[in-house]
Amino acid sequence: MAKPGETKQSPWRWLVVVIPYAWLLALFLVPFLIVFKISFSTTAVAIPPYTPTLDLSGGLFGLLDQIRQFTVDNYVWLTQDALYTRAYLSSLQIAAVSTFLVLLVGYPVAYGMARAPRAWQPTLLMLVILPFWTSFLIRVYAWIGILKKEGLLNQLLIWLHVINEPLTILNTNWAVYIGIIYSYLPFMILPLYASLERMDESLLEAAADLGSPPMRAFWRITFPLSLPGVVAGCFLVFIPVTGEFVIPDLLGGSGTLMIGRTLWAEFFNNRDWPLASAVAVILLLILVVPIAVFQNRAARGEGGL
Amino acid sequence: MAKALGPVRRTFAPWNDPEAKPFIEFRGVTKRFGDFTAVDSVSLGIYEREFFALLGPSGCGKTTLMRMVAGFEEPSEGDIFVDGQNLAGIPPYRRPSNMMFQSYALFPHMTVEGNIAFGLKQARMPRGEIAARVEEMLKLVKLAPLAKRRPNQLSGGQKQRVALARSLAKKPKVLLLDEPLGALDKKLREETQFELTDLQQELGLTFLIVTHDQEEAMTVADRIAVMEHGRIVQVATPAEIYEQPNSRYVADFIGDINLLEGRITGTGGSSVRMACADTGAGIFVEQHLQANAGDTAWFAIRPEKVSISLDRPADVTVNTVAGKVWDIGYLGDVSIYHVRLATGAIVKATVTNRTRLVERPITWEDDVWLSWARDSGIVLVS
Repeated sequence: MAKPGETKQSPWRWLVVVIPYAWLLALFLVPFLIVFKISFSTTAVAIPPYTPTLDLSGGLFGLLDQIRQFTVDNYVWLTQDALYTRAYLSSLQIAAVSTFLVLLVGYPVAYGMARAPRAWQPTLLMLVILPFWTSFLIRVYAWIGILKKEGLLNQLLIWLHVINEPLTILNTNWAVYIGIIYSYLPFMILPLYASLERMDESLLEAAADLGSPPMRAFWRITFPLSLPGVVAGCFLVFIPVTGEFVIPDLLGGSGTLMIGRTLWAEFFNNRDWPLASAVAVILLLILVVPIAVFQNRAARGEGGL
Repeated sequence: MAKALGPVRRTFAPWNDPEAKPFIEFRGVTKRFGDFTAVDSVSLGIYEREFFALLGPSGCGKTTLMRMVAGFEEPSEGDIFVDGQNLAGIPPYRRPSNMMFQSYALFPHMTVEGNIAFGLKQARMPRGEIAARVEEMLKLVKLAPLAKRRPNQLSGGQKQRVALARSLAKKPKVLLLDEPLGALDKKLREETQFELTDLQQELGLTFLIVTHDQEEAMTVADRIAVMEHGRIVQVATPAEIYEQPNSRYVADFIGDINLLEGRITGTGGSSVRMACADTGAGIFVEQHLQANAGDTAWFAIRPEKVSISLDRPADVTVNTVAGKVWDIGYLGDVSIYHVRLATGAIVKATVTNRTRLVERPITWEDDVWLSWARDSGIVLVS
């Protein structure tokens, strides 16, 4: 019974909110808690390859006994071996450089889209989103075919007589950058496009009327007003690229050090689940700050999305 | 040749001075967008220190014409001159005009000061001078206390003043105003109209305003150009436009008008006689008119020039007509009587309510006589 003065709230409202929360709980929070718990375990020759495995076979006391076996050794190991610190830093550096490169490539594309005739814009938008409909893995594999020594790029450049000897691009950091730029471009273009498209064109007319040539009007008016989109796009690229695995694994060389590959190696090659879990938890902690800042901006409406 | 409206005192009328040269000149300006002709061979001269209005309905080409002065469109044919300089090919950022936009187009990421200073920075004015000029502009539009605010913290009227200050900051030769008062409420609009005219007189600049609001044009402008379908129909002072329209279009566009169709029965010297099918009586007008007997023409008379009475006038054969009161529009200060004639036509007569009567002598369904003087209306042939 609604009190006088209160609007009657449908009980279905509660259901609409609970379902996504339950989904997130089951498929995100619970798995993370499992990883978190494993990071406090030690390796064991068993299935699963860590101990303790929490179960109620020993009753409550047995459970407490198992909990007492938790250890922070894995985290200590991370600080002691320089490999992990280097991997984290390398990941952040590669992510930062990639983000900048994606911005450089993505901004003109988004700008062109925003200034294109209105009738074309839905089509252009479709073209940007279309690659998502195919498998990400297959697309990265395709880049192997393009960038390898006998690949399409080298063939083209030799045919055009730009070079005589084929370039070594595959299995270097450059290939990784190309792969990241290709894969993450839509994440930069879409918020940028949204931001630029929203801008009132009469502002540029006013700038021109007041004596500003087009280039100056771009830097004084268009770019500052598109900053929310720039920031949103940068976050959307930086955060996932830091933990990226597929692209450095397929396109990068042995010198391409990224935390995603390190994690994979620990998990599958070394079968060291607890250490791998610790790596994952630390990675999340590193990214928690940018994620929180991004969420805050989006919530306050400065998202540019 | 328009008849002089009696001894009208006019101190500013460069268009009547044969020696004066126009400050803004359009020569045969045409603008086409694909198949559509927005502006059709417009030739017009606007004089310095004039407050000139382009008036017309949506789509008549007035905004396009003004945008060609600003440089946002280039004419398909013809030339535009400002202060003797041909503006062809000159981009907007190098033109001697500044524009006040209908949507204000204030830069949302700058303060009021920043907005006003923007144009001055582009002109590379020294810092100290910029600050002084910005202060001067803020005082002019009475917004000094709001200098540090952003556009999203301002009301509609305040935004409009910032837009005005920004467009005046560079003291341009020509100020272009694109429907500047459209977004304001009635009271604010009236106040701002008078402020604009005062400002223009004070600064001695040439203003070109585009509007579809005829009251606005009549209030602020020294001269008005009425446009239709890309062509200029009439260019004259507000009084001339109102009392001496050159066509039914202009007569109908400005204010209220009665248009009675008929045939010209004779012209001679300074008079025209018409047989009017709508009134059933003859019309005698004191007017110089080049026309032939038998031509179709329209007699145009403003409602306030029509007298209405219950008493039969002395001569009912000319400039009078009988009818029945069909409807009354009571506006407090005036009453508009819609009188239905025997032919079915409706003539409007406006009467000022000079007495404080609640019950008026003339009411619905009354048989009345309408009459007018020989110089109260004019005959139009187009």
